[in-house]
Amino acid sequence: MKEKTPLLQRDGARSVLASLISIVIGLAAGSLVVLLVGLFNSGMGLKAAWEGIRLIFLGLFSTGRNATGGLSFGFNPVTFGNMLFRATPLIMTGLSVAVAYKTGLFNIGAPGQYLAGTAATLFIALEIPSSAVPTWIIWILAFLGGMAAGALWGAIPGLLKAMLNINEVLACIMTNWISANLVTWVFDVSNLKNTVENTKTAYIYKTTFNGVETPKMFLDKIFPGSQVNGGILIAAVLAVAMYILFSKTTLGYELKACGANRHAAKYAGIKDKRSIVLSMAIAGAMSGAGAALYYLAGNTEFFWSTYQSLPATGFNGIPVALLAVCNPIAVIFTGMFMSMLDIAGQQLTALTAYNEYITDVIIAVIVYLSAFSLVIKLWLGGRAKKKAGPKPDANAEDPAPVPDAAAGKEGEE
Amino acid sequence: MAFLVRSTLIYAVPLMIVALAGVFAERSGIINLALEGIMIFGAFIGVLFVRLVQQWGWFDAAKQAGDWVSLQGFMLLAMVTAAALGAVFSLLLAFAAINLKADQTIGGTALNLMAPALVLFLIRVIANQNTLQMATGDAASWFMIKKTMFGFDKKAQLGFFASAFLDKVYLSTYICILLFIVLSIILYKTRFGLRLRSCGENPQASDSLGINVVKMRYAGVTISGALAGMGGFVYALTTTNCSSNGDVAGFGFLALAVMIFGNWKPLNIAGAALLFGLFKCIAASYTSLDINGDGVFMLANIGLNSNFYRLLPYLVTLLVLAFTSKSSRAPKAEGIPYDKGQR
Repeated sequence: MKEKTPLLQRDGARSVLASLISIVIGLAAGSLVVLLVGLFNSGMGLKAAWEGIRLIFLGLFSTGRNATGGLSFGFNPVTFGNMLFRATPLIMTGLSVAVAYKTGLFNIGAPGQYLAGTAATLFIALEIPSSAVPTWIIWILAFLGGMAAGALWGAIPGLLKAMLNINEVLACIMTNWISANLVTWVFDVSNLKNTVENTKTAYIYKTTFNGVETPKMFLDKIFPGSQVNGGILIAAVLAVAMYILFSKTTLGYELKACGANRHAAKYAGIKDKRSIVLSMAIAGAMSGAGAALYYLAGNTEFFWSTYQSLPATGFNGIPVALLAVCNPIAVIFTGMFMSMLDIAGQQLTALTAYNEYITDVIIAVIVYLSAFSLVIKLWLGGRAKKKAGPKPDANAEDPAPVPDAAAGKEGEE
Repeated sequence: MAFLVRSTLIYAVPLMIVALAGVFAERSGIINLALEGIMIFGAFIGVLFVRLVQQWGWFDAAKQAGDWVSLQGFMLLAMVTAAALGAVFSLLLAFAAINLKADQTIGGTALNLMAPALVLFLIRVIANQNTLQMATGDAASWFMIKKTMFGFDKKAQLGFFASAFLDKVYLSTYICILLFIVLSIILYKTRFGLRLRSCGENPQASDSLGINVVKMRYAGVTISGALAGMGGFVYALTTTNCSSNGDVAGFGFLALAVMIFGNWKPLNIAGAALLFGLFKCIAASYTSLDINGDGVFMLANIGLNSNFYRLLPYLVTLLVLAFTSKSSRAPKAEGIPYDKGQR
């Protein structure tokens, strides 16, 4: 039998633990802000603060208020299904950031790629007449179109980095804003603006207007009344595909080698410039696919006048990826965690005097902590060695495999 | 033309001062990607300060009497407050980057996420809406310098110079230009500046000569945070009517681009900031822009989509970076945590 290494000395286990610590500290920091605001605000007080804190931790299980006015908790299929639905684009943008990070690139351009994917998807889904073409073909075309547009938009900073050595962070930020303005422009001159429902201003038609929507794949039977559809399964499949690409194929190895040391990779005969452009294109395709899955759902609408703001889904890909330590499989779970925070924020706005921005504070704290997760990991490793020193076989307790541990974390929250 | 100069300056000055903030951090060896976040935070603090002091009524008498000297003092206080809190906020980055040797890009991104979230959360709690405004009046009536303050008649026609630089301007613009010059001199002509720059080039060598690298890098980031916080408030004061909504329209990132385009050198940065200020100004007011004063709105008559002008500053940034990137020279040790044991 192969000798087992102690749990805390394994890199994967330490990564999971470091992420868990980040999450706990992040939630604690959010609770602290809620507590302080509650105490120093005359209209709130300690009771409101306690309600806020409970919702931060258990927002997913909230079922509103009961007859006596207290918060009630329980399994709520609608919020569960919505959580899965909102996790879909987050998983995809998380994959986007993770893929680029493996090649040593910080893809802050996910919002722009997401918008590019949105525009391409909506144009294809709404412009091809469903009277002439079967809707499932339109769906596939729109999905692939969104991916292609995202890939193209991601490739631009990649090219600038590879050819002209422009910092990809800066190039990504500029392409983000260019994308936001271009998308506003193309929808401004298009005839896709929703004029049927005149209560809506500056929205594009839902794709169901043309009969195109993602199949539910029986998930609506499990979570009746929610927005969930097959998109979450597609996202999971793409995550597994990325995992296989990076850990089982030559191409993935080349991309990773380029990230570890560009010059050494070049010396070893790997085309470093091609790898950088390709990695950014794949990253962009993931963001584009996220946008396609979100807007093809048929129950979502796009606010087209977006030149002043970038989609938060794109930026939230960064914490999703960092929390998952850029492991594509773990991204599935961290994406769900992020969308759970999202739901908790909604419940806070709906049920208390607090608002949803507190969850963004929590996310920011988590990102801040993951900046020095290496320190946390080293510290954990140091502790493990000290423990393991005198008693070498104190390792037998349940060495859970990495994905399981990540899943366990989901269950806890 | 006077209008064009005036509004170009209004956009260029925050860019310039925040780009200089970036220079101080990067020259000491820390990449400060958090400029945007610190600006957002500084804008919020400044506006909150103005709002609170207005509510306490300290300057009501001055406002009533039209005593614009003490109102300018009030604005200076707000600038100083924004700068101080901006410096405190930037300590988060300094601590992560210097003491914990964290990834500076991620640390900066965390601050960029943190600032709008925290600011919006607090604004919603304080004002029960998404924008924090002044308690009474608007920025122009409280803080703007007008020609009547210099004894000119309301209807007097001023020359080009006077109408561009003395009428409808903010004192903050000139304070920032003055600060920019003073700090550039400090960076290049003093012992402190030389030591700071050496830490961004070769911290090991600096350390061997008895310079405290940790202290210098803390100084760099703190100065950077103070300038960015102040720049954020100046931006809010001059372009968004002294209100804060958790957004500075990407100015922090534009300032980073200005810094790189300006090759980390103050004089080039001033030029780059003016260029971008011009494009921003065109994007904001091209429909009413009368360049040569003949009553014809030339740019509006071309008939291009307004979105084109809006994306122009970003597109130009990218193109300019593409053409100048070959000659750009970043500080050698930026982004690398200082490790005493290395070499």
